[in-house]
Amino acid sequence: MPYVYNEYEIIRSPACNSCRVCEKQCSYGAHVYRDGKMRSYDDKCVNCHRCVELCPKRALKIVKSNMSLRENANWSEANIREIFKQAETGGVLLSSMGCPVKYPVYFDRLLLNASQVTNPSIDPLREPMETVVYLGSRPKAIERDGRGNLINNLKPQLKLNIPIVFSAMSYGSISYNAHAALAQAAQELGIMYNTGEGGLHDDFYKYGKNTIVQVASGRFGVHKDYLENSAAIEIKIGQGAKPGIGGHLPGSKIIGEISKTRMIPEGSAAISPAPHHDIYSIEDLRQLVLSLKEATSYTKPIIVKVAAVHNISAVASGIARSGADIIAIDGFRGGTGAAPTRIRDNVGIPVELALASVDKRLRDEGIRDNISIIVSGSIRGSADVVKAIALGADAVSIGTAALIALGCHVCRRCHTGKCNWGIATQVPELVSRLNPDRGKTRLVNLLKAWEHEIKEMMGGMGINSIEALRGNRLMLRGVGLNLKELDILGVKHAGE
Amino acid sequence: MREGEFRNSSGCAISGIFSLTGKKFSGEKIIRSIAVMRERSNGLGGGFAAYGIYPEFKDFYALHIFYDESRAKRECEEFLETQFDIINLSKIPTRKTPEITDEPLIWRYFVAPLPSRLSDSQLDADEFVARSVFAINTKIQGCHVFSSGKDMGVFKAVGYPEDVGYFYRIDEYEGYCFIAHGRYPTNTPGWWGGAHPFALLDLSVVHNGEISSYDANRRAIEMYGYKCTLMTDTEVITYIIDYLTRKVGLTLNETCSVIAAPFWKTIKEMPKAEREKHEYLRNVFSAQLITGPFSILVGFKGGLMALNDRLKLRSMVVGEAGDTVYIASEESAMRAVEDSFDRVWSPRGGEAVIVRLREG
Repeated sequence: MPYVYNEYEIIRSPACNSCRVCEKQCSYGAHVYRDGKMRSYDDKCVNCHRCVELCPKRALKIVKSNMSLRENANWSEANIREIFKQAETGGVLLSSMGCPVKYPVYFDRLLLNASQVTNPSIDPLREPMETVVYLGSRPKAIERDGRGNLINNLKPQLKLNIPIVFSAMSYGSISYNAHAALAQAAQELGIMYNTGEGGLHDDFYKYGKNTIVQVASGRFGVHKDYLENSAAIEIKIGQGAKPGIGGHLPGSKIIGEISKTRMIPEGSAAISPAPHHDIYSIEDLRQLVLSLKEATSYTKPIIVKVAAVHNISAVASGIARSGADIIAIDGFRGGTGAAPTRIRDNVGIPVELALASVDKRLRDEGIRDNISIIVSGSIRGSADVVKAIALGADAVSIGTAALIALGCHVCRRCHTGKCNWGIATQVPELVSRLNPDRGKTRLVNLLKAWEHEIKEMMGGMGINSIEALRGNRLMLRGVGLNLKELDILGVKHAGE
Repeated sequence: MREGEFRNSSGCAISGIFSLTGKKFSGEKIIRSIAVMRERSNGLGGGFAAYGIYPEFKDFYALHIFYDESRAKRECEEFLETQFDIINLSKIPTRKTPEITDEPLIWRYFVAPLPSRLSDSQLDADEFVARSVFAINTKIQGCHVFSSGKDMGVFKAVGYPEDVGYFYRIDEYEGYCFIAHGRYPTNTPGWWGGAHPFALLDLSVVHNGEISSYDANRRAIEMYGYKCTLMTDTEVITYIIDYLTRKVGLTLNETCSVIAAPFWKTIKEMPKAEREKHEYLRNVFSAQLITGPFSILVGFKGGLMALNDRLKLRSMVVGEAGDTVYIASEESAMRAVEDSFDRVWSPRGGEAVIVRLREG
C-alpha cells in the first residue's frame, strides 16, 4: 500500500511520566512503552479520545494532521485514500455510524416559533406541561354499550412518557453492558429500548414492559417467549444507514452468550439477507404483521421499520394499510455498527423530507389515524425532537445520541469491534469499561434534560401538551430553503 | 391580502343570552350587551347568531350568502338550483349607517335538498348541505355562505358589533338565543366573511383567544373532509365540534373533554370509569385537543355551550337570572342588560357550561 501520512497525530507533552495508562487503554495499539519511554504510533490512532480522557497528567492531545495531498476541489483526499485502499485490497469499503458527508441538514434550516402578546407563553415550572404520547392506530368509529357508555375499542398501544425511544441496536453490535444501560434507562424513564436483531439476553427479560423486540430478515433469536416478552414487536425491513442491504455479523463475534442469544452456532456468521425472504411485496408484509399479531394474541402493537428512500410516502401508505400500528422511518443519516461506505453515504434521503412527505401523504389519503410515526436518523438534540414532531412525527428514536451519552466519541470505528469505550465491542476487558449503572444514569440525565428543554420550547409556543405540537407546521419556518424544499416540508419561509 | 390567505389571530369580546323556557326576546338586548365591551374590539369585525328566528321556515336550511358581485350570485344560484329546492329567497334586510360601509350583496335562501339529488348522494341531509356549502365556498369565486342552519341565522360584518347589529336590524328579530362577537384582529381583514360568528349547519361559534394548536387541529380536521379556507381559530373550532358531535357521535360533554381535555395527572386521580373514559377520549382524539387561550360560546339547536381552555387563559363569566342565562367575556356585559342575578360565577378552565331548552 502506498505510504500516506496518517490522519491524526498524537501530541505528548513533557508532563508525561510514562505511567502506561494510555498503552493499557488503547485497543488499537497507538501507544507503546519501549526503551523506558512512551512512543506513539499515529497511524494506529482512531481519534477516540480514550487515552486523552484517562491520561492522569493531561499530557495527551490528538490533532488532525495538516499534512495533505495537493489540494483539489474535485479529487478530495478522502477519494484518493479510498482508491489507494481498494486498489490494495480489492474490498468493499466499510464504515460505521451515520453518514458524515456534507449534505443539507434540514433540521438546521428550520426555526421554531414563540408567543408574543397575542397569546401567552406558558412557564413549564409553574403550569402542567404534558409530554406523554400513545403510539398505535386509532379506531375508525366509537362504540357504545347498552347504557350509552363508550366502549374501549382501542388496539394495543405503546405508551411513552416522553416522545423518545432508543433505536434498535443489537446485542452483538453493541455490548452487554450497553444493552443493560439502555434497558434500565428505558425502564426508569418510562420509554422503550429496542433489541435490534440480536435476540434478547435472558438477563433482560425483566425489562419486557420497556422492550421493543425486533424481527429482522435473519430472524435471529426470534421465538415465542421473545415475542411475548415485549411492549411491541418491530419488523425491520430496512435501516437508514444501509437501505436495501442486509447485515453481517462475522463468525468471530458469534461467541458465547451472543451465539446463544442469536440461536446460531458459535463461529458461524450471522447473515441477515437483504430482503425478508417471506416478504417480496406489500401483501407479504401484511401476512407477517398479522402472523405476529396472531402469535401474540393481538396484545402487541406492530412496528414496521423502513429506511427513508425515494418513494417513502408510497411505502408508508402501503404499511399504513398493512395492519401495522406504527411505522418507523430511518433517515439516511441513521447510524450503524457497520455498513458499506458507498451505501451509507449515497443511498436514501433525509428524514426531515421523508417525514414531511409521509405525514402529508397519509393525511391526503385519510389514513394518518391508522398508524403512528417514529422517525430517526439523526436526532441530535431536543430541538430536533421538537422540529420532527412539529413536522408530523409522533415520536423519535435515538441511537447515536444515546451511545454518545454512554461515552461514544463518534470515531466511527464500530466495525472494528475494538471500541475503547466498551460500547461497540465484545472484548470482555473492553466491555467491562462501561459501567451499566453509570451508563443508565447518564442516559436518564440526557433525556431528563431533553424533556425539560422540550417543555421550555413547547411553553414558549403556548402549547402545553405534546399532541398539540404534532404536525403543527405553522410553528416552523424555513431559513435559506428554496421554494421546492419549503413546499415538501410544508412550511413557510422565515419572515412570511 | 384577503382573509384566508394568511393566519389571522384576534383578541375579542363575546356575549350570549339564552332563554331556558324558549320564550323569545328581541335582539336589541344582545346589542346592548356586546356594546359595553367596545374596548375589546377594534371595529374590524362584529357579528351575531340568533336561534328561533325563522319559525315560518323552520324545516328549511337558511343559507346566508355574501356575494362580491352579481356574477358570483348568478353562478351560485345556478349551482343552488341543481342541488336544492329553493322555497324562498330575498335580500337580508339592512339599515344604512355611516359606520358600516363596503357591504357586499347579502342574500338569504330557504332551501331543502332536492330529493333525487339527496338519495343519489347517499348522504344524510345535513352532510349534503355541509358539502354543498364547502363546494360553494371553495369553488365559486366571490361567494361565501356564512350561515346554513335551520331556524337560525348568522349576521356579520366589518365594524363594531353594535353598529353591525343596527345595520342588520338585529333588534327586529326575536329568538330564544343570541350570541354576539366583537373582533380585535391583529391584521386588517377588510372582508366580511372573516367576521364571526363562524357557523356550519345549526352550529355557530364565537371565540376569544388565539389557539396554539391551530395547525395541528387544522391539518387533522382537513383529513375528514373539512376545508379551512379562512385560517381562523373559530373556523377550525367549529369544524372540530361539528366533527366530534355530528360525525363521530360524541356528546357535548365528551366533546369538551376532548378539546379542553383534563391533564393526565387529573385523569389519574379520577374514579375508574371516569378515568377510563377520559383516557380513551384523549388517546383517540388527541389531534382534536386545543391548546392556548380560548373562551368559546357554541350555539346549537335548542342549546348554548360555553367553554374555556384548560388553563383558563381567557375571561368568561356566567350569570343566571330567572329563566335566562347570560355568558360573556366580562360581567359588565351581563349587568348592562339585567339588574339582578340569582348567581354569577366563573367556570373553571375546561369546565363546560351547557344549557338547553327545558322540556315541554
